[in-house]
Amino acid sequence: MTRKTLLSVGFILALGILPPIFYWTGNAFWLDLATRLVILAIAATSLNLILGYGGMVSFGHAAYMGLGAYAVGIPAHHWLYGGLEAWGLATTSGLVQIPLAVAVTAIFALLTGAICLRTRGVYFIMITMAFAQMVYYLIVSIEEYGGDDGLVIDTRSELPGLDLDNPLQLFGLAWVSLVAAILIVRMVINSRFGMVIQGAKGNDERMRTLGFNTYVYRLVAYVISGAMAGYAGALLGNFTTFISPEMMDWSRSGELMFMVILGGVATTLGPVVGATVFIVLEEVLSDLTLYWHLPFGLLLIAVVLFGRGGLIGLLNGRDQ
Amino acid sequence: MDTTLLVIQALNGVQLGLLLFLVASGLTLVFGILDFVNLAHGSLYMLGAFICATLTFALGNFLWAVLVALPITAGLGFLVERFIARPLYTRDHLDHVLGTFGLILVLDTAAHLIWGPEGIAVPLPEWLDGQTNLTAEIVVPTYRLLIIGAGLAAAGGLFWLVNHTRLGMLIRAGASNRTMVSALGINIELLFGLVFALGAALAGLAGMLIAPITEANIGMGNNIIITAFVVIIVGGIGSIKGAFIAALLIGLIDTMGRAFLDDIFKIFMSNEAAETSAPAISAMLIYIIMATVLAVKPQGLFPPKVR
Repeated sequence: MTRKTLLSVGFILALGILPPIFYWTGNAFWLDLATRLVILAIAATSLNLILGYGGMVSFGHAAYMGLGAYAVGIPAHHWLYGGLEAWGLATTSGLVQIPLAVAVTAIFALLTGAICLRTRGVYFIMITMAFAQMVYYLIVSIEEYGGDDGLVIDTRSELPGLDLDNPLQLFGLAWVSLVAAILIVRMVINSRFGMVIQGAKGNDERMRTLGFNTYVYRLVAYVISGAMAGYAGALLGNFTTFISPEMMDWSRSGELMFMVILGGVATTLGPVVGATVFIVLEEVLSDLTLYWHLPFGLLLIAVVLFGRGGLIGLLNGRDQ
Repeated sequence: MDTTLLVIQALNGVQLGLLLFLVASGLTLVFGILDFVNLAHGSLYMLGAFICATLTFALGNFLWAVLVALPITAGLGFLVERFIARPLYTRDHLDHVLGTFGLILVLDTAAHLIWGPEGIAVPLPEWLDGQTNLTAEIVVPTYRLLIIGAGLAAAGGLFWLVNHTRLGMLIRAGASNRTMVSALGINIELLFGLVFALGAALAGLAGMLIAPITEANIGMGNNIIITAFVVIIVGGIGSIKGAFIAALLIGLIDTMGRAFLDDIFKIFMSNEAAETSAPAISAMLIYIIMATVLAVKPQGLFPPKVR
């Protein structure tokens, strides 16, 4: 194994082992923080698939997390208060909720992606954001699900052999999911399919001249990414047990983008490193001052102005 | 629905459309000429409102405050161009979005530090604070008419500036070929700075005009910037004419949708269904329009001829 692979594996393992140790030594707070971190890292990893490798800058990824979370919250809500029994959607079973989260986000990605991918550049950035805003306003306007005020998830998803009310088990599920997400993205980008996606990022015209219908390839990648973010959202809903449209706000999408850029686009571990630094910084700075967005924003600007290639890029000695 | 309500809502729609145009025109100028995506444009709108609020109390008069605040916001725009935008021109749009996203956080927090978390209400002079009878039945607040007048004047001024002055000629030339313009001996950096300052002043003006109605508050910029982006995307990025038409269209559709969509829905569905679905659809309406436009014309309604 190269030094870089060794470091990567070490980082992921540390991310899985240290938080439970904190928990057992009486620092339950750090486990909470790590769970949120790992869930956001899954979403950032999914975003990296299209943003980093595919060059599709989606500014609406938070909407997928939100949809995923509501796919947990809405069945749980109906299970408690009635309604939708005929559809089988009044349930707390994770075996229904999580596939639902993945299916809903995949379909949403397919429908919106089909339109978004007709556009390029800044149009793409803005239309993905517009679709996210549509979902945001849709949820805000549905009073049954709390509208602006959000929805409390009274019962976490029930999974066979797992108790998500146990913070350690929830963290474990999130961490295993993150590892799976990283492996899936790696597998996808190293496949022939992934080569086409990366080729289309570099020179779309050339790929089309070679006979690839890049539109379809990009759309499939977009759907995979959306469904993964939906899955992350389902976990996030189980973690926070409170969901609101605020989690789909465009600034949330911006934060996900920041995590990917901060860590390093189109790198396996970049999004995870980015999410880690983001969450830790947010925690430290908001502890120090009420006005933590000020240093945070300055840092963001500095990263964009001076930190090309992200943190992983620094590690690689900028050889990319 | 009766005619009086229709006229009043139409005026509200025009007013919203003109404010959107003031914000969107700066955005589309900056994008069309500098190829720069400025998410923080909404923060300049917010700063315009706050600066105007402070000056209104300092000078005792809203209109004087607007006149003094305009060059200040223009100056702020000039500084943003010099220190944030200029180093990013050679980068891709992703870096623009992230850098200016950071700038939003900085400016919003700075406003929080300077002006506090509460909104600031801006008092109007007495002669503006009343109502005007357009006809015997249609009564509108005088100030809303002033907004419409000021918006139209600013739009007219901008068209004149861009189409009939030397500066405007340089701006248009810079939009189609910036290397050529600078090869002809024009100080392109100064030109870019001026374009940015102009955009900032227009956004600031919109913020100042809306402040007496909604108060100056911290989130205001982030609410309007997204709608302004919808406007320039629908209109075709870089086109001032497109921005104007799209802004009025979006302003009218948004206002009318919120006011009358439930009545329209009641024609072909049950009252209950109409009352639940209308607010959802009307809130999403402008995004649905944007998606439809882009699905049919990926470059917007009025794509600029060059580029």
